[in-house]
Amino acid sequence: MYTYNDTDRRLVAERVAQYRDQTRRYLAGELGEDQFRLLRLQNGLYLQRHNPMLRIAIPYGQVSAPQMRLLARITRSYDRGVGHFSTRHNLQLNWVRLDRVPDILAELAGQDMHAIQSSGSCIRVVTTDPLAGVAPGEIADPRPWAEIFRQWSTLHPEFVALPRKFKVAFAGGPDDAASVRTHDLGFELVRDDQGRLGFRVWTGGGLGRTPILGQVVREFLPWPDLLTYAEALLRVYNLNGRRDNAFKSRIKILVQSIGIEEMKRRVESEWRHLRDGIQTLTDAEVERIAAHFAPPDYESLPGLDSRFEFSRRFDKEFAAWVRSNTHAHRQPGYAAVTLSLKAPGRAPGDATAEQMDSAADLAERFAFGELRTAQTQNLILPDVRKRDLYNLWQEAKKAGLATPSVGLLTDIVSCPGGDFCSLANARSLPLAAAVQARFADRAALADIGELRLNISGCVNACGHHHVGAIGILGVDKNGEECYQITLGGATGRQAAIGSIIGPSLPAAEVPAAVERIVEHYRSRRRPKERFIDTVRRVGVKSFANAAYARDFSYLENEREAVNG
Amino acid sequence: MADKLIKGDSVVANEWTVLRLAEGELPGEAGLPFGNVLVPLAVWQARKWDLVRRHWEQGHLLGVWLGPKDDPAQLADDLGHFSVIGVHFPLAGDGRGYSIATLLRVRYGYAGELRAIGAVGRDHLHFLRRVGFDAFEVNDPESAIASLGDFSDAYQTAADGRLPWFRRAAAPALAA
Repeated sequence: MYTYNDTDRRLVAERVAQYRDQTRRYLAGELGEDQFRLLRLQNGLYLQRHNPMLRIAIPYGQVSAPQMRLLARITRSYDRGVGHFSTRHNLQLNWVRLDRVPDILAELAGQDMHAIQSSGSCIRVVTTDPLAGVAPGEIADPRPWAEIFRQWSTLHPEFVALPRKFKVAFAGGPDDAASVRTHDLGFELVRDDQGRLGFRVWTGGGLGRTPILGQVVREFLPWPDLLTYAEALLRVYNLNGRRDNAFKSRIKILVQSIGIEEMKRRVESEWRHLRDGIQTLTDAEVERIAAHFAPPDYESLPGLDSRFEFSRRFDKEFAAWVRSNTHAHRQPGYAAVTLSLKAPGRAPGDATAEQMDSAADLAERFAFGELRTAQTQNLILPDVRKRDLYNLWQEAKKAGLATPSVGLLTDIVSCPGGDFCSLANARSLPLAAAVQARFADRAALADIGELRLNISGCVNACGHHHVGAIGILGVDKNGEECYQITLGGATGRQAAIGSIIGPSLPAAEVPAAVERIVEHYRSRRRPKERFIDTVRRVGVKSFANAAYARDFSYLENEREAVNG
Repeated sequence: MADKLIKGDSVVANEWTVLRLAEGELPGEAGLPFGNVLVPLAVWQARKWDLVRRHWEQGHLLGVWLGPKDDPAQLADDLGHFSVIGVHFPLAGDGRGYSIATLLRVRYGYAGELRAIGAVGRDHLHFLRRVGFDAFEVNDPESAIASLGDFSDAYQTAADGRLPWFRRAAAPALAA
């Protein structure tokens, strides 16, 4: 992974000093609320329901074992011992003290970490596929590009006060585990017909209260042009994005209002002035950064490991974990492993300081000391020998990191909701727990198979409910906490925004409605058909009727029609 | 109007007045205060030759200021007239002025004084200078000036002409 040089360290240290002075002036009454707000947000600090929340940046999800131990220590000494991994790779601490944040940032700087641009109207922490560099079928490793982009966008002077937040993702290939189409700007690595590496560039995507999938603004951008093109696009947005209404200020609204063709024209016309300029990337620079992401010292191993195969055959529990929590790896004899943060009854994405320490230990013992944080709010060990999986699993189980639910219904993605966040209308976490409790049976869960369930506590959609196969959104209905259900959302190659099935339901009725939706799937699916595919084939309406437990005659008629 | 401002690396007396049109006031009819005046773009466009004559006859220097919606391209052919161009920030969070400054310097080659006016806080000075501002109307300029030194380096190029980090000699040669 990328290791800091003196310049990287100096910039982070100077940022800490700057923010320390800003905090001092705020506490001394020299800086007003509004002035301080802009400054603290760009250092990750929100003022929310109970207490300030600090969002620590984990750019493109890469974190070393020593960094993870530092996060554990900070979680223990500045918070209440539990941190929350967000859907954008970052770590959120919900109980920090405003006056101690500069100390936290100074500690982070000691391990080359920070909270720069983790919030506010600026270019946010860049994201990518958590299996970048190890996933089979990747066109190229997106991490060097994400790091190049991180450096360019860090403290970029022209873009410190954009109309609104600006999220950027890099995908290693067409599978798009980074979900570039739900970002303000997405770069998908591609090769053109002559085999040259570059990007398909997407813009105008975003979730929030107006969910829109991004569109292609440039079919092929040669890699040397990455930063000059980004500058052109950001400038068009900075000058033309709406600033009169925070709900209409994202680039997606600009793209919708002028159309993608006009957006293309404006960006290209701006880019003509910047193209081939001094910010054009060089081979030497790309090689310098890529060298940081060279594969670790893999052993040369056979694809099949007899000890692993033996354990898998004779230990069913292990086999279930392997099925859901390990992932194909491009290096024979290796696998990538998800350390689950979805233990039943626990808030999705929450990890105790002890679990962070355990994850760091496991990374050091089994995975070259590297971890990743994933959009699914889990941790990932990217490089584990298959022969070590059994030992790793046993250790992970002791640490409560081996819930075998990855990709299944109970691998719920959720924002912290109304228990913590002042924006939320509803409490996502108790709902997540209730759904998990309802689907506690592992055999039944495995039978349901791949199903993405996402919960957001409000329209800001931090739980990405629009792209859950089942999405649940907290809404306020005359003071009552209610939930609106969407179906059919997806990320990746088949990205889609879910459709609302009907009126919202009170919290107590939601788990039963989810169960009826799932039962409907089980009764309607074809052999081996995934939930999302059944929803697409059968249509949301039929599921909606099932969810509200009404009008079954309609279903019967439909079934007859289908079956002839 | 602040009586002092930061210019370059020092605090100096402010010798300019900013003219703002009152509600409903027509650009062609605005009265000009005595001395060096930064006029709104609309006033410059309406009374260009009055202003130039005033400069010749009375020696007052010419200046103009742009709001966040003004397109700097409209000044492209006139830049040689101005001793000062102001860019107005209605709110610290309205960052259009950063792009306007960049365009004035890099695209249109303006070389005179570029002054940030309006909601300019000391915490933005480093960024403002990098996009090409060299004068800053800021509260308490004597203490604010320290913030110009908040960062000693940068990764990317900007209107200040700094090379991207990777193109500088200081960047370590790639290990062979």
